[in-house]
Amino acid sequence: MAADKQPVLITGIGLLSSHGEGPQAHLDAMAGGKPANVNIERFAPYPVHALGEVDWSQQISRRDMRQMEGWQRIGTYAAGLALDDAGAKDNEELCGRMDMIIAAGGGERDVEVDASVMEAGRTANDREALLNERLSNDLRPTLFLAQLSNLLAGNISIVHKVTGSSRTFMGEEGAGISAIRTAFARVESGQSDIVLVGGAFNGEREDMLLLFELGHYLTKDELQPVWSREGHKAGFAQGSIGAFLVLESADHAKKRGAKAYARLNEVIGEHGRRTAGAGRARLNDAWNRMPDKDFDGVMSGATGAAPATAMEASWLRDGVPDLPVRAFGSLFGHGVEAQFPLGIALAALSVNKGEMPPPFEGAERPAAKPATAVLVTGVGHHRSEGLGVVTKLKDEGQAR
Amino acid sequence: MSKFTDHLGRPIVAITGVGVVSSLGKGKDENWAKLTAGESGIHRIDRFSTDGLKTSVAGTVDFMELDTHSAPALSLALARTATREAVDQASIDGEKFPGPLFLAAPPVEMEWQHRFALDQEVDEGEGYGRLLAAARKGDHSDLYEMLQFNWIADTLEEEFGTDGLPVSLSTACASGTTAVQMGVEAIRRGETNAALCVGTDGSVTTESLIRFSLLSALTTQNEDPTKAAKPFSKDRDGFVMAEGAGALVLESLESATARGAEVLAIVRGCGEKADHFHRTRSSPDGSPVIAAVSLALEDAGVAVDEIDYINAHGTSTPENDRMEYNSLKAVFGDAIHTTPISSNKSMIGHTLTAAGAIEAVFSVLTLQNGLMPPTINYGNPDPDIPLDVVPDKAREATVRNVLSNSFGFGGQNACLVLSQPNG
Repeated sequence: MAADKQPVLITGIGLLSSHGEGPQAHLDAMAGGKPANVNIERFAPYPVHALGEVDWSQQISRRDMRQMEGWQRIGTYAAGLALDDAGAKDNEELCGRMDMIIAAGGGERDVEVDASVMEAGRTANDREALLNERLSNDLRPTLFLAQLSNLLAGNISIVHKVTGSSRTFMGEEGAGISAIRTAFARVESGQSDIVLVGGAFNGEREDMLLLFELGHYLTKDELQPVWSREGHKAGFAQGSIGAFLVLESADHAKKRGAKAYARLNEVIGEHGRRTAGAGRARLNDAWNRMPDKDFDGVMSGATGAAPATAMEASWLRDGVPDLPVRAFGSLFGHGVEAQFPLGIALAALSVNKGEMPPPFEGAERPAAKPATAVLVTGVGHHRSEGLGVVTKLKDEGQAR
Repeated sequence: MSKFTDHLGRPIVAITGVGVVSSLGKGKDENWAKLTAGESGIHRIDRFSTDGLKTSVAGTVDFMELDTHSAPALSLALARTATREAVDQASIDGEKFPGPLFLAAPPVEMEWQHRFALDQEVDEGEGYGRLLAAARKGDHSDLYEMLQFNWIADTLEEEFGTDGLPVSLSTACASGTTAVQMGVEAIRRGETNAALCVGTDGSVTTESLIRFSLLSALTTQNEDPTKAAKPFSKDRDGFVMAEGAGALVLESLESATARGAEVLAIVRGCGEKADHFHRTRSSPDGSPVIAAVSLALEDAGVAVDEIDYINAHGTSTPENDRMEYNSLKAVFGDAIHTTPISSNKSMIGHTLTAAGAIEAVFSVLTLQNGLMPPTINYGNPDPDIPLDVVPDKAREATVRNVLSNSFGFGGQNACLVLSQPNG
C-alpha cells in the first residue's frame, strides 16, 4: 500500500473564533493590528477569548440550534464553513460518502441546576435522595444529547448531511492530533477520498475552567502573550474555537476541480509522562521521523501552561533557532481539542499566502523568507505531543 | 490474494487474544459458561439509592476492588482486567505492546461526589464560582488527572506500553466496534502489525441512569431484574444499563503466523454508515443500517448465505429491535428468517461504550466453540420480528462467519464480520 500513497490536500478550511469567522478574518487577525478579543471580567480571574456576534442561522436552523449547547454550535458552524469553503456544502452525493473525524470534549453542564443542587446538598440529610429527586425533575431530557461527546458529529450529520463514517476522538489536545493524523493516514492510504476533520471548544464555560483549574493550568488576571507567561502567569486562557478542515486526495480534488490551500505532508503523535525530559525526548523522536526537515516557520499550538510551554520553547530554540515561531494561542486562546486542527489551518493559510505572519509578541522573530513549508506543533498542556507539516502546493494540485 | 492478504489485496487481520469482564464475571471462561447457560447478570442496583427512580435494575459490575469508586476508576479497572487477559492469551509483550491502543471509553465527567466535596472545601461564592475557589486553593491533581478524557487510555498505555498516541474514541453505543474497526484499518494501512482494541464502560451512576431514563430509553420492568432485558420480545420496553469491558489483540495474519501465535479468528470485514435523520432515532427506511451491514459484507467479501450467525445489537428497546430486523430483512431477504441471531444484552444488559468490543469477544468464542449463545426472556416473541433468535439456551452449530452489529445515538452504525481462521 505504501507504493501508491496519495498526496493529501487541504481543500477547505472552516474557522470560528474570537476573531470572527473564515480564513480572511484569521489572516487579518494574524497580520496584526487587532488586539486579542479577551473578556477578563466575565469569569474573573480567568480571561477567556470569547466569541463575538455570530449569525448562527448562516449554518444552523433555529430548530437544530435548540438541540445544541455552545460547543456543538461552534463545531457545527465551523464544519459548515469548511464544507462551504471546499465547495462541498449541499452536495448530497459528496457529503453522503464523506468521512468525518471529530475531536471533542464533553458538553456543557446546566450550571444553574448544578449550583442549586450543591446548595441544597450542604444541608440535606440524605444527598442520594436529593440527587434522585432533583436530577429527575430538573435535568432537561435533551441536555444529555448536548453533553455526549459524539453528538457534535451527530449534529454535523444532521445539519450538513455528512454521513460516510463518523468517529469522535476524546482526550484534550491529543484528540485533535489523533483526528488529524488518522484523517491524513486514511486519505494518504486510499481508505478515504475526502474527510471532514476538526474540533470545537467552548472557552466560555465555568465547568471547563473548573476542570483545568483542578490542575492549576489556567492563567489569571491580565493576559500576557503565550511565551511571556512565566511564573505566576503561566497557564492557558480558554478560547472558543471551531476549527475544521476538508482533507482530500489529490486525485479526488482534481476530478471535481477543487483547489487547495496547501498539502498536509506528515502528522506524528506522541504520548507519555513528561518526567525527566521524556517530553522533549519524544519531540526529538517525532522530529527524527520527519522525512524532510526544511521548514520556513513554526505554527505553535503552545498553551502557555507550565512546564509544557517552556519545554517547547527550549526545544524550538535548540532545534530550529533561526525559524520564525508563532504561538497562535496569543491571539485565539487555547482551544484544547480544536488547537491542533487550528494550527494546521493557520499554517495552510500562511503557506497559501506565501509568508509567515508578523510576530505575535516580542519574543518571536520576524520571518526572513517566504513560507513554503511550515511545522505545526501541538504540545498539550499536560500530555500529548504532535507535529504536523504543511507545504505549499507544487504539482500535486491546483492552488487557490 | 496471497495467504496473508484478502480479496482486496489487504493484509488479513487476525485476532490472537481476547479478554472480557461483564456482570456475569471476570474472564472468558466464567462469562462463556454463564452466557451459554442462559444466565442473567442483571440485578437490582445497590451502588446508590434508586428510591423514586423509574428504573432500579442494571448490569453493574460490583466485584472489582477499587480504592474509591468512580466511573473512570471502574472503567479503568475493567479495561485493565480485560486487556491483561487478552494480552496473556496472545502471548504478546504485555509490557511493551507492539502497536497502538484504540480505546472506546465513556465520556468522563466530574461526579456529584466530587462536586459535593469541593463545595465543602471553601465558604465563598456559589455554584461553579465556589468550586473554582476550592480548586484554586487546594491540590486536586489526582482528581484533575482522573477527569481528563484521556486518563483511562493514558493509564493503559503506560501499563501495557502501547505505541504512540493512544486514541480514546466515542461513537456512543457503537464505540467498541469502532475501536476494532480502527485497529483493522491501521493494520490494513500497513502502519502497524498489531493493535490493541478495547472497549470499557463502568459509568452506571445516579445521573447517567436518570439521563437515559429521561430519554425513555430504559426498561421500567423492575420486578424480576433477570427478566428485564428481553430483546425481540413483544413486551420489551427499553434497555438495561450495564458495565463491562472487552479487549482484543489484533495482528496481521502474517505477523501472527510468523511468531507462531494461535489465531482465534479473523476480522474479515467492517462496515460503517452514519445517519442524518435524528439524534436518537434511526432513519425510518433503515437505509444507514442497511448500508452499514451491506458495506461490512462487501468489505469481508462474503455473501449473506455465508453468515451463519448474527450477534445482534438487540438492545430491547421497541425501536432498535424493530429497526434492526427490518434492516437485516432488507439485506438478507428471506434468509434472515433462518439465520440464527441472538442478543447478548438479554443476559449482560447494554454495556454501552463497551458493547461492541464485548460482543466481538463473544463472537470469537462462538466461532471457536461452535456454540451460539441464546437470547433469554424470549417467552413472548414479537410477531413483527420473525427471527430465529436462539431462544433460552445455546445452540450448537458450525459457524463460519459472524455478523456483529452496533448502533448508537448520534447516527452511529458499525458492523463487523468475524470469521474462522481457516475460512
